[in-house]
Amino acid sequence: MTDLATPQERRAARNRWLLLAPALTILIIAASGPLLITLVYSFLSAGDYGGVEWQFSWSAWFNVFMERDIFDDTLGFSDAHLSIFWRSVKLSLMTTLLCLFFGFPTAYFIATRPKKQRDLWMLLIIIPFWTNLLIRTFAVVELIRNEGTVNTLLIWTGIIDEPIQMLFTEFSILVGMVYVYLPLMVLPLYASMERLDFSLVEAGYDLYATRIKVLRRVILPLVKPGVIAGSILVFVPSLGAYVTPRVMGGGNQLMIGNLIELQFGQGRNWPLGAALSITLLAIVMIALLAYVRTAGEEDTRHG
Amino acid sequence: MSIAISARKLRKVYAGQPPVVALAEASIEIKDNEFFTLLGPSGCGKTTLLRLIAGFEHPTSGDLEMHGSSVVDLPPHKRPINTVFQNYALFPHMTVAQNIGFGLEMLGKPKAEIKSTVDEMLELVKMTEMADRQTAQISGGQQQRVALARALAPKPKVLLLDEPLSALDFKLRKEMQLELKRLQTETGITFIFVTHDQEEALTMSDRIAVMSAGTIRQIGGPRDIYDHPAERFVADFIGDTNFLPAEVVTFEGETAQVRLASGKTIVARTPEGEAVQGKVTLAVRPEHATIGAEDAGLLSGTLGEVVYFGTDTHYHVSLNDGTGFVVRQQNRPDHDNDVASGDRVGIAFPPDVGQVLKD
Repeated sequence: MTDLATPQERRAARNRWLLLAPALTILIIAASGPLLITLVYSFLSAGDYGGVEWQFSWSAWFNVFMERDIFDDTLGFSDAHLSIFWRSVKLSLMTTLLCLFFGFPTAYFIATRPKKQRDLWMLLIIIPFWTNLLIRTFAVVELIRNEGTVNTLLIWTGIIDEPIQMLFTEFSILVGMVYVYLPLMVLPLYASMERLDFSLVEAGYDLYATRIKVLRRVILPLVKPGVIAGSILVFVPSLGAYVTPRVMGGGNQLMIGNLIELQFGQGRNWPLGAALSITLLAIVMIALLAYVRTAGEEDTRHG
Repeated sequence: MSIAISARKLRKVYAGQPPVVALAEASIEIKDNEFFTLLGPSGCGKTTLLRLIAGFEHPTSGDLEMHGSSVVDLPPHKRPINTVFQNYALFPHMTVAQNIGFGLEMLGKPKAEIKSTVDEMLELVKMTEMADRQTAQISGGQQQRVALARALAPKPKVLLLDEPLSALDFKLRKEMQLELKRLQTETGITFIFVTHDQEEALTMSDRIAVMSAGTIRQIGGPRDIYDHPAERFVADFIGDTNFLPAEVVTFEGETAQVRLASGKTIVARTPEGEAVQGKVTLAVRPEHATIGAEDAGLLSGTLGEVVYFGTDTHYHVSLNDGTGFVVRQQNRPDHDNDVASGDRVGIAFPPDVGQVLKD
C-alpha cells in the first residue's frame, strides 16, 4: 500500500471502504460461515440420532481415510471411501474431457455462423440448461434403460438380442454428467471463440498450415482461457455431483456427493459428512492448482 | 514474361435473399514480377478477387490459373501465395520472430534454415532489434513490417496485399509506399496490391485494374489510366476531371474531331478499339487546360472561385452552358494570372489531351 498523501485522499479511501462494508460483510459471512461450521463439525463427535455432540474428536477425519476391522480391530485404509474418491475423480476428469471433446466443435460451429444465427444456436444450447435437472436426468434414463429407446431400437433392428445393461453403471453416470454439464463447457468456449479474430485463422491457412496445425498452433492457444474456464466449470460440479450419480448409478455407484449425503441422512454421522465435505473441497483445490499451474507453464513455454 | 495469375470469367455470388454478386465477372492476366494493383471504391469486388486468388473463397464459376495450371480446387495452404492482411493478422501469442518463421515451420523447413531466413527477413524490413518482442508491444508501422516479412519469408510466387497501408498515418504511408516498391524490385515477387487510394495505385504500380460494381473497368499502366481513362467512372475515380458534352464530327481510328458546346472543334483521343459517333462526353484533366482571354480559348465562361494551393491554383469557371470547369495552373513566383472572380475568361487545351469516354 502506498502512503496516501492528503487527508482528502484518506477520507476518500475510508468512504470507499465504508460503502463496500455491507456487501463485504455479507460476502464474508456467506462464504466463510458455512465453511467454518463444516470445519468445526468435522472435529466433533456424532450424536446418536444425527447432529453433533460438542466433544472434540479425531474420529471423523480418521474414518475418512482409515477403518478399523470389525472382527480383529486392525487398522487399514478405508477401501470403500478411497474407491469412491477415485471413482469421483476419474468420472469427473472423463466428464470434463468428453465435454471438451463435444463442446469445442459445437462452440466453434456456433462462433462461425453468421451473427444473426448465433443467438438461435446458443438458445438451443441453453434451453436444456433451463430445464429441471431431475427431468433432464430422467430423460437420459429413458434413453438408455433396458426397455429404453436405444435398446428397443437396437433389438428392433436385430443388432442385439438381449438389451445392453447401460443404466446403473459408471458409463451411465458419465453419459448423464456429460449431458448435464455440456452447456457449462460450451458457454465459456463460445465466449472466447466469438472474440477470436478469424483473420488469424486465415493467416494460418495462408502460411501453409493444415487444418489440424491451425487448430493446434493458432486456435487452441488463443481460446485457451475459454478451455480453462469451461474445464473448471465442468470439473468442479462433476466432482460434487449428487443427483446424476444417484439417479443414473442407482445407489451402487456412489460418488463423493452421495457419500456425504449418506452421512447426513441414514448414516447419522454428521462429523464424517463434514470431514468428507472438506476433503472434497481439498481435492477440488488441489486439482485446480495443478491445472492452472500446468496451463500457465505451457503459456510461458510458447512465449 | 510469363503469366503468374490468370483469371478467366471469375465470378463470386454469395448466397442470400437476394444473392449478393461480389464479383460479376473478372478476366485478368497478371505477369510474373509485376506490381499489379486492384483499385476501386469499397464494395467493388477487389477484396473478393484477392480472396479468390488466395483461396479463402471458392469461385461460383470461372477458372483461376497459376503459371498455367488451375488452382481453383487448391486450399489456401497449398497455394504458393502469401497474404499481407489489412489488419495484419499477426499471431498475438507469438513473438515477432516466431510470426515470421511460422510459414517456414509449417512447410517443414529445417530449424537452421528457418533461423537464417527469419534473420534475413528481419533485416529486410529493418526489425532485427525487435525479434523477441510480442506483437502487441510494437507500433502499427512495425506490425506492418512484420506482416510483410511474415508473408515474404516462405518466398511465395505471388504476394497479395489487402489495403496494407490504410491503417498507417500519412507520413508512414508515404514511406511504406517506397519501401514496398523497393521490396518488390529486390525480391522479384509478383505483388498484387488492393487499394481504394488512387494516388497509392498511381505511384507504385506497374499496371492497374480499376474495378467497380464487381467488374473490371479498365486495365493499364498508371499513365494510360490517368491520361486515357476509358469511361466516365474511371475518369471520375482517378484524379479530377472535367466532363464536357461534345459531338463527334469525324472518327479517325484512334482519334476523332469533336465539336464542343462553343462550336469550336478539336482533336481528341477515342477509347481503344471502339468507334464513336454522335453525342459523347469528353474528359479533360484540370492541369491540361489553361486559362486566358475570353476570345482566345476553346470555351468561354465566367470565373468563379480562385483557390490558392501553394504549388498551384484552381480556377473554377462556370461555362456559358452552365457546366462547371476547373483549371489547375502551377504557380510561379515571377508569374501572376491577373484574373479575378467574376471576370469573363477563355479556356484552352491542346489537341489530343481530351479523351472521349465510353458510355
